[in-house]
Amino acid sequence: MPNIKTAQKMDELNIDDLRAIAADVLVEAKKQGADQVETGISTGEGLSVNARFGEVETIEFHKDQGIGVTVYQGQKKGSASSTKMDAASIKEMVSAACSIARYAEDDPYSGLPDKESLAIDFQDLSLSHAWQLSAEQAIEQAVECEDAARSYDAKITNSEGASIQTFSGTRVLANSLGFNHGYHATRHTMSCSVIGELDGTMQRDYWYTVARKAADLDAASKVGEMAGERTIKRLGARPISTRKSPVMFAAEVSSGLIGHFVSAIRGGNLYRKSTFLMDSIGRQVFPSFINIYEQPHILQGMGSATYDAEGVATSPRSIIDSGVVQGYVLSSYSARKLGMDSTANAGGVHNLTVQAGDLDTQQMLREMGTGLLVTELIGQGVNTLTGDYSRGAAGYWVDKGEIQYPVEEITIAGNLKDIYQSIVAVGNDVDLRGNIRTGSILVSEMTIAGS
Amino acid sequence: MSNIIQQADNIILSPAGLSINDISTVMGSLVNSSIDQADIYFQSSRSESWLLDDGIVKEGNYNIEQGVGIRAVSGEKTGFAYSEELTLPRLLTAASNVRAIASKGQSGILKPWVNNTVRSLYQPIDPLTTLTGEDKVALLKNIDQKTRQLDTRIDQVTVSLVGVHDVVLIATETGQLNADIRPLVRMNVSVIVEQNGRREQGSSGGGSREGYAYFMDQDRAMEYAREAVRLALVNLEAVDAPAGNMTVVLGPGWPGILLHEAIGHGLEGDFNRKGSSAFSGQVGEKVASSLCTIVDDGTLNDRRGSLSVDDEGTQSQCTTLIEKGVLKGYMQDKMNARLMGVKPTGNGRRESYAHLPMPRMTNTYMLPGNSVPGEIISSVKNGLYAVNFAGGQVDITSGKFVFSASEAYLIENGKIGKPVKGATLIGNGPDVLTKVSMVGNDLELDPGVGTCGKEGQSVPVGVGQPTLKIDSLTVGGTHA
Repeated sequence: MPNIKTAQKMDELNIDDLRAIAADVLVEAKKQGADQVETGISTGEGLSVNARFGEVETIEFHKDQGIGVTVYQGQKKGSASSTKMDAASIKEMVSAACSIARYAEDDPYSGLPDKESLAIDFQDLSLSHAWQLSAEQAIEQAVECEDAARSYDAKITNSEGASIQTFSGTRVLANSLGFNHGYHATRHTMSCSVIGELDGTMQRDYWYTVARKAADLDAASKVGEMAGERTIKRLGARPISTRKSPVMFAAEVSSGLIGHFVSAIRGGNLYRKSTFLMDSIGRQVFPSFINIYEQPHILQGMGSATYDAEGVATSPRSIIDSGVVQGYVLSSYSARKLGMDSTANAGGVHNLTVQAGDLDTQQMLREMGTGLLVTELIGQGVNTLTGDYSRGAAGYWVDKGEIQYPVEEITIAGNLKDIYQSIVAVGNDVDLRGNIRTGSILVSEMTIAGS
Repeated sequence: MSNIIQQADNIILSPAGLSINDISTVMGSLVNSSIDQADIYFQSSRSESWLLDDGIVKEGNYNIEQGVGIRAVSGEKTGFAYSEELTLPRLLTAASNVRAIASKGQSGILKPWVNNTVRSLYQPIDPLTTLTGEDKVALLKNIDQKTRQLDTRIDQVTVSLVGVHDVVLIATETGQLNADIRPLVRMNVSVIVEQNGRREQGSSGGGSREGYAYFMDQDRAMEYAREAVRLALVNLEAVDAPAGNMTVVLGPGWPGILLHEAIGHGLEGDFNRKGSSAFSGQVGEKVASSLCTIVDDGTLNDRRGSLSVDDEGTQSQCTTLIEKGVLKGYMQDKMNARLMGVKPTGNGRRESYAHLPMPRMTNTYMLPGNSVPGEIISSVKNGLYAVNFAGGQVDITSGKFVFSASEAYLIENGKIGKPVKGATLIGNGPDVLTKVSMVGNDLELDPGVGTCGKEGQSVPVGVGQPTLKIDSLTVGGTHA
């Protein structure tokens, strides 16, 4: 393998250098007997600092590199990965993958994606905006953020600190069908978590902001205030009695509710028949006012990508139209198993968006009238095969559209089939921080277990 | 153990062209008079996983991870950097970044290296080489075929096999050199059954710090398969779980996840130093019924949660957390122990060289009591008997924890009744153990399946307990 750079020079490697390494991996794999091969390389560096009680607590310097390869010998598949990128290690990694492929069994559905499905148009999605931030500046911002939280209220008595993280990475994907492309992406985060105390019991809450571009982060003071406010509002929380009632998922937790839907229409669960949404294309799963679509090409979007983990071109598409399922979430493998086409979702969805309704948070609460506003969910408790749902929850009891008091140590339960059908409204208070973008979601009835 | 240090040197340092002298150079550049603690953590980890799905061994994955993490601690401040590149210039750059955490001080005096010799709790083997590729595939195929013969209602069988060979070499500012070779294997069998259009799943597995032969010994692999099938068939009959507060009897073994979530995390030193745990400042106080004695024990031979030496070079130990209901102490890493003025307890753990160590559990379990399990069940008029769980989570500050039952039954008039669907149980850590009114004589440890997540870092752990009766706990079913 002539062109592989020595590891010592990784610092200066740009996309073209990584593409050259990827090309060499393809050559090496072919040499070792692979019929088809795919390789992915990622490198990155970052800085994270945490400040607590006004002083720096940790400074971490990140520097990551990794390379992976998947080979196919006929219909047999093997893969290997390594954090070592020198020529000898790459050879060893390819050899390990080929060895596994020899032992694996023929799988008629295995292989690279169809050549025609691979991305050829590489739109610049504006994902890379390095933050020239020294450790000192990062500490300064973290301290400002934590100060805002601690000074929010005298009942804030303790702190887990505020942190700033900035990460900048490069990814290259190549396969033996001629695909070899790379891109840079950045991710910057500021978060804060503080503790309040009332009558001898403590509550903790947090807030965070995340963006591709540092200028798009919320101000440090705002993040701190949100963390302080959320913590103070939880003080004095208590269980409520067991009952059935309407439940409103605040925007920051409703993405999880939609995430369970994504999981239920994911190829792996469909071909194993381990989902309650088998054969759901064309079926009414949500009420008719619900529309869900994927928007992979949003500039600077946290989930944006021109191609998926296999190089398949992404495109905007509808997943739920008027409550009816339009498509699944498939990789090329699961698509073949199901006799369908890849939906460019190897590695996950890209900016899955629930169409926002007209109501803001306050109006959503009034729409609910009396019920539970959930702001935090803990535990697993979701069965994708049956749709059974039971999770620990914290939030507020709401009466006549007004928050009455904080609630904790309760569970909310139901079956996702019923929960999705009984969605009454989606708010316009959309949380844009994650890969699933949705406003708050109001469900007409769930079982609450409490005192 | 010094033999293990030699082996670790051969596996990590020599191939990279590094020597103990180079470690001295790096440590020398790291320590000064204002650094309280420093370590250099070398790791070389090789792992593999094999997956059988749809009746065929579809794929395998082999992974090599190697790197070094360099840390310096001054007071409550920590500087940390890591590198996948094991070269002296890169180590020195990382060390100089890390040292910026401390104010300038006089250069430190480097102590001569002393090999820390501790007893080994497992053999320093490479599990990946304990079976040939053919035999690994044959093992999975054999389990799949025999599982499918267990019941005609079985539709899907998934079998996974994972092996890890983890080698670490830890140099500390005290001049101590430590090494550990940590084998780990894990196997899992999942099935989906179908009856009259209803589909349910069951999953079971186990693991150990041994080679793959562990799964053939005592027919363990097929035991997992039989257990997975049994669970799935039970679920076919399950009715809606009840909702509300009731008496809950927990089975022995894996339900010990209760202890891990309800009190374990709350007793980790970092939260208690910072005063952010619901258990902060409660050493010496009664936090559980006198029937409860709970330990964190990293010294059990071959167990998934065990460590001969922790990731900071402290020999693992058995730490009593709660004795007859009274809180005795916390689990500590070096930094939190120093800041709290106590001794480290061998609980300093990290996911890898790229992560900072922190206090983590090893094997956490409750010692047995005197009650006969059958008598515990018959003492409950109406309640829930929960014997298998899918996982849990805790908010250590409010103390609220959950754990999700995957196999549970109603107790009706002192007898085990119908199975119920999975439901999450929720409680308050600081008072749930005060409601323990009976403790069985049937202590069991889990089969070696636990993985604990904290601040984004995963580490293997164990749990265990005897049958327990909790007078009141909230059960999150749908049947209100």
